[in-house]
Amino acid sequence: MPSSTSPVTGRRPELVCPVGNRAMLEAAIEQGADAVYLGFKNATNARNFNGLNFDEDGIARAIDTAHARGCRVFLALNTYPQAEGWTHWTSAVDRAASLGVDALILADLGLLAHARERHPELRLHLSVQGSATNYEALTFYHERYGIERAVLPRVLSLEQVAQVVRHSPVAIEVFGFGGLCVMVEGRCALSAYATGQSPNCHGACSPAKFVRWDETPQGLEARLNGFLIDRYAPDEPAGYPTLCKGRFAVGGHTYYAIEEPTSLNTLELLPRLIEIGVAAIKIEGRQRSAAYVAQVTRVWREAIDAALAAPQDFSPKPQWLAALDRVSEGASHTLGAYSRPWK
Amino acid sequence: MKESRLAFPPALARIVSRLPQTPPAAVLAFALDRLLFPRLPLADLETLLEQPLRIEVSDLGLRLALTLTRQGFRPLPLYVAPRLTLRATARDYLALLRREEDADTLFFQRRLVLSGDTELGLLVKNTLDAIELEVPFLPHLH
Repeated sequence: MPSSTSPVTGRRPELVCPVGNRAMLEAAIEQGADAVYLGFKNATNARNFNGLNFDEDGIARAIDTAHARGCRVFLALNTYPQAEGWTHWTSAVDRAASLGVDALILADLGLLAHARERHPELRLHLSVQGSATNYEALTFYHERYGIERAVLPRVLSLEQVAQVVRHSPVAIEVFGFGGLCVMVEGRCALSAYATGQSPNCHGACSPAKFVRWDETPQGLEARLNGFLIDRYAPDEPAGYPTLCKGRFAVGGHTYYAIEEPTSLNTLELLPRLIEIGVAAIKIEGRQRSAAYVAQVTRVWREAIDAALAAPQDFSPKPQWLAALDRVSEGASHTLGAYSRPWK
Repeated sequence: MKESRLAFPPALARIVSRLPQTPPAAVLAFALDRLLFPRLPLADLETLLEQPLRIEVSDLGLRLALTLTRQGFRPLPLYVAPRLTLRATARDYLALLRREEDADTLFFQRRLVLSGDTELGLLVKNTLDAIELEVPFLPHLH
């Protein structure tokens, strides 16, 4: 792995990759991830799907494997506990600490306090679910709970990211690629409206038990607890069955009224993100697969190294963009809020 | 990715789909018992046990009904209504097993069709992704 740093900031942004199982871990390390993030097999993480994630033994093995190959392991414990589940969440924090993860990614204030009190040596990152978008908030989290890094929500423009990085007391991690969330993350109640369960508390945007795919004469229909989210023509690309990415009839027009089902891809902003001084670039997708992680990590490793070596000559290679578009939702990409000329 | 979309000729599917489907289902159950069953985390698969599943290989015209029991996979008659149906081409199934394709990618592209109980579908997908599967004799696609 190259050890070059940015000639401008003297830093080298860390590539942080998603891991939902052992094969994904191997793929991420193999393709050059600097760090991976993973979660327990329960509602304490925001990708709580059947058959995904790790038990304690699996996490211990993952840490051994990653550390032996110079890769760090972060554990996402980023849902909000409800009163009846409090000890379930705090014991997850305690287990993560004793397993020796390199950092814990938290959102809930109570859990941040618990972690700081009980495990003062444990490195804490503020999750994107914490939804902190200004440096005053980050200063509070830093002073009160000692967080050392924050993951910014995918709602800021590039200039706003630069402003936060300039004044933040903690390192900043941003999303580089993957599923896009335009909501105030950690506060989304859309699926709770349809199902009574929200991603913030139960760890899934559309819990699978409420999702139904049906082939009808009109097309493939996706329903969430009976609500029709979308209907796809035979050759139309499908998306995740989440309310935010559905097509709805609004004012006589049927369209993606909230958000289009595309993936965030900031590859073309890479030299600027490095120049701004972001500490880490995060790839979304713990719910995907080893094939996805391998393809996406390979491209981003190559791109980050190229951007560090010669930022002025950097432009995303067509084959990188094609490889990323292939695995994208809706098979297309967007700069999301990073590029917001109308600001 | 033109290559990975190569499929068996439609005429073959028309013929195969008219043949009895129970023998192929029995062959699949036999193969899964040898290759997959010993590696399955049965404790995590309680909700899948005894559920009628259907695996359709679209370009071969195969519709295979089977179920997972504590003792292994069992073929089922096709008239049993499935709780979960998966449909893809032979080549895409192989690519998934070889970890060369991502299931969500195939799903977005409408090359993998999942219908019925979505929770079971996700459990099947994530379990297959998670087990350490080495199938040395599956042909490489690239």
